[in-house]
Amino acid sequence: MSRALHAEWTKFRTVPGPAWLLVAAIALTGALGVVADAAARCRSGNCQLDPARISLTGVYLSQAAVTILAVLAISGEYGSGMIRVTFTAVPRRTTVLAAKAVVLAGLVLAAGAIAVLGALLAGRLILPGHGFTAAHGYPALSLGDGPVLRAAAGTALYLALIALLSLGVATAVRDAAAAAGIVLGLLYVFPVIAAVVGVPGWHRHLDQIAPMTAGLAIQDTTSLPGAPIGPWAGLGVLAAWAAAALLAGGLLFRLRDA
Amino acid sequence: MSTGTVTPYRSGLSAGRGGFAPLLYAEWTKFRTVRGWVVGMIVAALLTAGIALLDHSECGGTVTPGGPVVMGEGCAAPVGPGGEAVTDSFYFVHQPLAGNGSITVRVTSLAGPAGLSPWAKAGIIVKAGTRPGSAYAAMMVTAGHGVRMQYDYTGDTPGLAGAVSPASPRWLRLTRSGDTVTGYDSADGLSWARVGTVRLAGLPPTAQAGLFAAAPAGIAAQAGSQSITGSSQAGTDTLASASFDHVGLRGQRPGGGWAGTAVGGPAPGTGFRQAGGTMTVTGSGDIAPDVPSAPSGGGGGGFPVEHTLAGTFGGLIAVIVVATMFMTAEYRRGLIRVTFTASPGRDRVLAAKAVVIGSAAFAAGLAGAAAAIPLAEWRLRANGSYILPAGLLTEVRVVAGTAALLAVAAVLALALGTVLRHSAGTVTALIVLLVLPYFFATQLAVLPAGVADWLLRLTPAAAFAVQQTLQQYPQVSAHYTAANGYFPLAPWAGFAVLCGYAAVTLALAAIALRRRDA
Repeated sequence: MSRALHAEWTKFRTVPGPAWLLVAAIALTGALGVVADAAARCRSGNCQLDPARISLTGVYLSQAAVTILAVLAISGEYGSGMIRVTFTAVPRRTTVLAAKAVVLAGLVLAAGAIAVLGALLAGRLILPGHGFTAAHGYPALSLGDGPVLRAAAGTALYLALIALLSLGVATAVRDAAAAAGIVLGLLYVFPVIAAVVGVPGWHRHLDQIAPMTAGLAIQDTTSLPGAPIGPWAGLGVLAAWAAAALLAGGLLFRLRDA
Repeated sequence: MSTGTVTPYRSGLSAGRGGFAPLLYAEWTKFRTVRGWVVGMIVAALLTAGIALLDHSECGGTVTPGGPVVMGEGCAAPVGPGGEAVTDSFYFVHQPLAGNGSITVRVTSLAGPAGLSPWAKAGIIVKAGTRPGSAYAAMMVTAGHGVRMQYDYTGDTPGLAGAVSPASPRWLRLTRSGDTVTGYDSADGLSWARVGTVRLAGLPPTAQAGLFAAAPAGIAAQAGSQSITGSSQAGTDTLASASFDHVGLRGQRPGGGWAGTAVGGPAPGTGFRQAGGTMTVTGSGDIAPDVPSAPSGGGGGGFPVEHTLAGTFGGLIAVIVVATMFMTAEYRRGLIRVTFTASPGRDRVLAAKAVVIGSAAFAAGLAGAAAAIPLAEWRLRANGSYILPAGLLTEVRVVAGTAALLAVAAVLALALGTVLRHSAGTVTALIVLLVLPYFFATQLAVLPAGVADWLLRLTPAAAFAVQQTLQQYPQVSAHYTAANGYFPLAPWAGFAVLCGYAAVTLALAAIALRRRDA
């Protein structure tokens, strides 16, 4: 397993794509976070906005970069025929997939941590100037605050789980374009469709099972009574999606020819 | 062996440039024979149509993204003379007016016990009857917009400016002649100015003429976010009271005295009082086109046509995936070298590919959107709701626009795939450019309305404006924001933004194809 891990690490390390995508994920998280911070306004005490969520808005965009990274980790090998070399070197396919998952999750977790810390720092600096002050019930964002720490760590975990979900889907469908389309469709189109279903119960249930809406519940720091799902439960829903995708991908990986 | 000259082989086929048609045929064959692509386009059509089946919206319900659902009170939006849904509830003090005639009043005050929204109104009206939705023409004073002449719900013409008060009263007059009604206003009752003349189709020989008052609920001040749609702010109906004197009605009056009717159903606190020569009318509600996100609107339920087309987002992603592969697969498989050997004109290959994939996407979108509307109508009817009337031309624009949106998005995907030669990157970039801005602008509570509007002006997501059937009316106060379905650009202007992106990317793709090796 350690050799397989080392092999996967070498693959990630020696092509420029993954590094650029991780840098892009960090930059997008920070940049969109700054835009959201700058656009947000809180004029009175009860403005129903969550400063941690605003600062971490960039995740909606940077998860797309993470999706490309994860999809390429497997689809790229199928595209170039590298997968046959990989299987010659490491014949146990489960080991290959596990090694890819571990390396990918570790890289994304590290990049996600940097991105989240940067975004929260920007929020801490910008938001008080836009009405998010102690007078309006918003202390400055600080990792010493339990819910903020949960949002920060959870957002990095969220990105890692998105990477695993993408890896699973890409392993199952193999083609990069189809995999990226399926993952981003699950993430972005689910909530748009949930909004038109029109029955309160259904809408709520769809929000509870949508990977993005549920997963990002981890960013809630102000307890909203109407929230469809709790923070850790929401991240658990995303973890279940990722596990299901990896399981399906792993099964097909074992059953099919390379 | 003789060493004479050897005649080289020459093909019997003509060496001239092939026409564009064989190239189109070749690309069509490539598309048709890859099962995954054809299946992808069918999936696009099914997603566009099928998501309408999930629609379980009930009568009058208003859905707030991520928030509560406010149930409406009934499902009977009156329909105006122009075929559009209208709001028609006000207090009407009337008597029949047979044939030609005129009504003149002086308005001395317009006030509300709890303040008035700028479009609170009172004045005189000639109306086909007391049925909500019937034709009318009215002269009125408003709380914040001066004297207006309004007619048949959508018409609105300004008259004298300024607010009405006992010190500065307003004289109003309506004259009926056949089926035309002319409105006049005056500050002193001596010098009259004509505000407008309108022709009311369907005004019966004996119309109802009289005084009215209406007061739409005010919209809440813009909060920091637009997470809440206007309709869920459940504006409490306000009351407006207006004092009239010098009431003069000329013409045949078969009825005799004044009668009071709360048009559109009784409302607490409304009524009229006559004391000496002064008449005081108190009313609530509004006489205006139905704007679902207005505080007083949407009570009749019903959903705009674009509500049925949420599936476009699913279809769009399928189309983007297929169109991207249509180009990137050629590079991955090395087929591009065969293609360029067969037809060395690279621009022409790109054009042929664009025509084929654009047409396929258009067909998928047309089938999907044309099926989605009746499917959703069937679902909504099953739940006691309905689709707001939009007119045949508008529905054709929405369906054709949705198909064109998918077609242009497919061309954009093809072009970007040519430039990037990278399928995952192309698909992701396009979804981020097309779907994410829409999601940010309409679903996410974080962005203020101004930022959301700019997102829907500058990004290709502006093209979803082509599906908008909701109309903005200056005479109805509402939150006309993206979250409530109002795009900042006109339908075809928004679509043109997407076309601009596609044209620029296509040009870049042509340059890249010429410069780079295959």
